[in-house]
Amino acid sequence: MPRWTMIEALNNALALELEHDRRVLIFGEDVGKNGGVFRVTEGLQNRFGEERVFDTPLAESAIIGTAIGIAVYGLRPIAEIQFAGFSLLAFNQIVSQAAHMRSRSGGLYTVPLVIRAVFGGNVRSHEMHSDNIEGLFMHTPGIKIVIPSNPYDAKGLLHAAIADPDPVLLLEHMRLYRSFRQEVPAEYYTVPIGKAVVVHEGSDVTVIAYGAMVAVALEAAKQLESSDEASVEVVELRTIAPMDEQTIADSVNKTGRAVVVHEAARTGGVGAEIVAVINQHCLYALLKPVERVTSPDTPFPIPTVEDLLIPTPGRVVNAIRRTLEA
Amino acid sequence: MAISNATLTGLTRTQLLCMHNMMLLMRRFEEKSAEEYTRGKIGGFMHLYIGQEAVGVGSITALRTSDKILCSYREHGLALAKGMDPRAIMAELFGKATGCSKGKGGSMHMWSNEAGVLGGNAIVAAQLPIAVGVAFSAQYLRQDTVVACFFGDGAVDEGAFHEALNLASLWKLPVVFICENNQYSMGMAVEKAWAVENLLSRAAAYNMPGEIVDGMDAIAVYAATKHAVEHARRGEGPTLLEVKTYRFRGHSMADPAYYRTREEEQCWRSTRDPIGIFEKMLLEEGLATQAEFDENDAKATQVAEDAAQFADNSPDPSLEELYTDVMVDDSSALTYRYERK
Ligand SMILES: Cc1ncc(C[n+]2csc(CCOP(=O)(O)OP(=O)(O)O)c2C)c(N)n1
Ligand SMILES: [Mg+2]
Repeated sequence: MPRWTMIEALNNALALELEHDRRVLIFGEDVGKNGGVFRVTEGLQNRFGEERVFDTPLAESAIIGTAIGIAVYGLRPIAEIQFAGFSLLAFNQIVSQAAHMRSRSGGLYTVPLVIRAVFGGNVRSHEMHSDNIEGLFMHTPGIKIVIPSNPYDAKGLLHAAIADPDPVLLLEHMRLYRSFRQEVPAEYYTVPIGKAVVVHEGSDVTVIAYGAMVAVALEAAKQLESSDEASVEVVELRTIAPMDEQTIADSVNKTGRAVVVHEAARTGGVGAEIVAVINQHCLYALLKPVERVTSPDTPFPIPTVEDLLIPTPGRVVNAIRRTLEA
Repeated sequence: MAISNATLTGLTRTQLLCMHNMMLLMRRFEEKSAEEYTRGKIGGFMHLYIGQEAVGVGSITALRTSDKILCSYREHGLALAKGMDPRAIMAELFGKATGCSKGKGGSMHMWSNEAGVLGGNAIVAAQLPIAVGVAFSAQYLRQDTVVACFFGDGAVDEGAFHEALNLASLWKLPVVFICENNQYSMGMAVEKAWAVENLLSRAAAYNMPGEIVDGMDAIAVYAATKHAVEHARRGEGPTLLEVKTYRFRGHSMADPAYYRTREEEQCWRSTRDPIGIFEKMLLEEGLATQAEFDENDAKATQVAEDAAQFADNSPDPSLEELYTDVMVDDSSALTYRYERK
C-alpha cells in the first residue's frame, strides 16, 4: 500500500473522481496550471484537461455562486477556496444560497457541492490564512462540515463528500498537509460523514478533538499514561456538522470527565456546542465540570506568537489534571 | 375593423394575443395577491410586478420552455410567464402545502423544474453568479439551453454583478442579463446610485453586447431579448440588456414612497402603462379587437380568482414538513428529533 501525505491522498481522490465521473469538475484560484497553492490539484489539469480542471479569476462569491448553479444542474463541482479565511467573501453564497436552497425550494433543488478550503495555524501563515472559521459555518443548517486529521480519512471523507447530495465543506488543516505519511489504499473508499471515532481508548477522562488537535490530544494522553496518572480516551469528531452526539455521549458517560480541544477561538465555538451535547446526554455521569482548551478570543496573531495561542499537549494535560483533582 | 394576418417582429396574431393574455394575467394575479395580502392571507414581504409586465412577457416569449430563468424577489410575474401553474404560485404566496415549494419558499422564492424557474432570491444580486453556473453546465453538457437572469437596477451596485458578468463574458456563457431598471432600488433613485448614466458602458467594460430597451413596449423587449438569446445560443456569449421600466406600486406592500411624487407615479400610469401601450399597438395594426382584449381580461381575472380560491382552500404545511428538505438525509433535523423524544 502506498504511503501518502494528506496532499497526495487528496490528489489521488480527486484524480479517481475525475476519472470515474464526467460530472466532476474542479475549479478555483490557481488550481489548474499551478495545481493549487499547496499542490493538492497538481497534475490534474494536464491529465483531465482545462474543461474539467480550471482556474477562475479572484472572485470567491462567483466561484461558489457558479458552483451552486453547476450543482443544481446535476453536475458535481468541487470548488476550492484558496484559504478558508477568504470564504467570507462567499459567505452569502455558502450560507444563504448553497445551504438553504433545498429547504426553500421544498426539496426541488439540492446542491451537491463540495467546497475545499485550507486553514489552520502553527505554520507561520498569518491572519486570514490560518483562521479557524468552522464555527461560523456550523451555525448554518443545511451544510456539512468535515475536518480530517490524517491522510486516510482525508481521502475517504473527500470521496464521501462528493457522493453526498448536500453541500459539504471540507476543511483541510495546513499543518497536516505534509507533516506525516500514512498507508492509504490507492482504490476508492469512503469514510462516513457524520461519524466520530474513538482513536484511543481510555477509562478516566474523554478528550474530544478534531483536525490538527487530534495529535495534540493523543500526545497529552500518552504523557499521562506513561506517568500512570490517567487512562485517557480520545474521541475524534472528523465531522463537526452534523455532530455525532452518540459517540461523544457514550464515551463521556463511561469516563465521567471531559476535555474539549479546538484550535479556534473559544466563545460561541464548536466546543460550546460539544459541551452542550455533553450536558444534555451525560450530566448525571459527570464527575467534574467539562474543560475547554481553545485559542483565546483574539484575531489570529502574527507568527512569532501563534504557538502561544494554539493549544499544546501541555495545556491539554493541565486541563485533564483539573478534571482529575479530588 | 378587419383583423389582419400581419405579424409584429415575426410574432403571429396568436402569439401576440397570448402575450396580451399573459400581461393581463400578471396584472390581475398581482392585484388579487395585493387584495389577499391586505386581508392577511399572505404574510411577510411581497413585491409586486405591476407596471413591469412588458419586460417579463416580452423577454420570456423569446425563450424556450427548456431555457432557464433566475430572478429576484420581484418574480411572481416572471414565474407565470415562464409557464408555472398560477395555483402553485398563489399557494406559495399563501404559504400553503400546495405551493411550489410546499410553503417553505414564500413570495420571494418561486421554483419549477418543468418550467425552468430556478428561484427568485431575497438577496439582491445573489442570483447572478448562480445563473452563470447554470449556463456553464449547459455549455459543458453541450446543450443549447439559454439562461435569462433578471435583476433590478439596485443589483448592479452589488459586487456579485461584477463577478458574474466578468465570468460569463470570459467563458462566453449563454446568459442574457436582464436589468429591469425601474428607476429605484427601494427608495434610492438610480441616478443617485449609478456612477454611469446607463449600462452600455458597463456592458462594454465586460466586453459583451449591451442594449437599452423600452421596457414598457413588450415588442421591443421581445426583439432585444430574441437577438440576445440567439447570440447566446450560437455560443457567442452573454448580453446585458438594460430594460427601462417603472413599478407602479410601492417597493413592497409596505412602502410610504416618500422618494417619489404622486404626480410622477400618475404620469407613468396614465401615459406609459405597458398593457395600454400593447393594446393600442395591436389595435392600430389591426391585429386584435377590443372584444378580444376584454375576453383575455375576463379569463385572467378568472384564473387569478381560481388560484386564490385554491390557495385559500389548501392546507397549511405540517410541523413535520419544517424538518424535511433541509438535507437529503435529514441530518440537520437530528437534534430536533432527539428533543421531541
Ligand atoms: C444584499 C441585500 N441588500 C439589501 C437588501 C434589501 N433590499 C431588498 S430589495 C432592495 C432594493 C433592490 O432594488 P432593485 O435591485 O432595483 O430591484 P427592485 O426592487 O427595484 O425590483 C433592497 C435594498 C437585500 N434584500 N439584499
Ligand atoms: Mg429597481
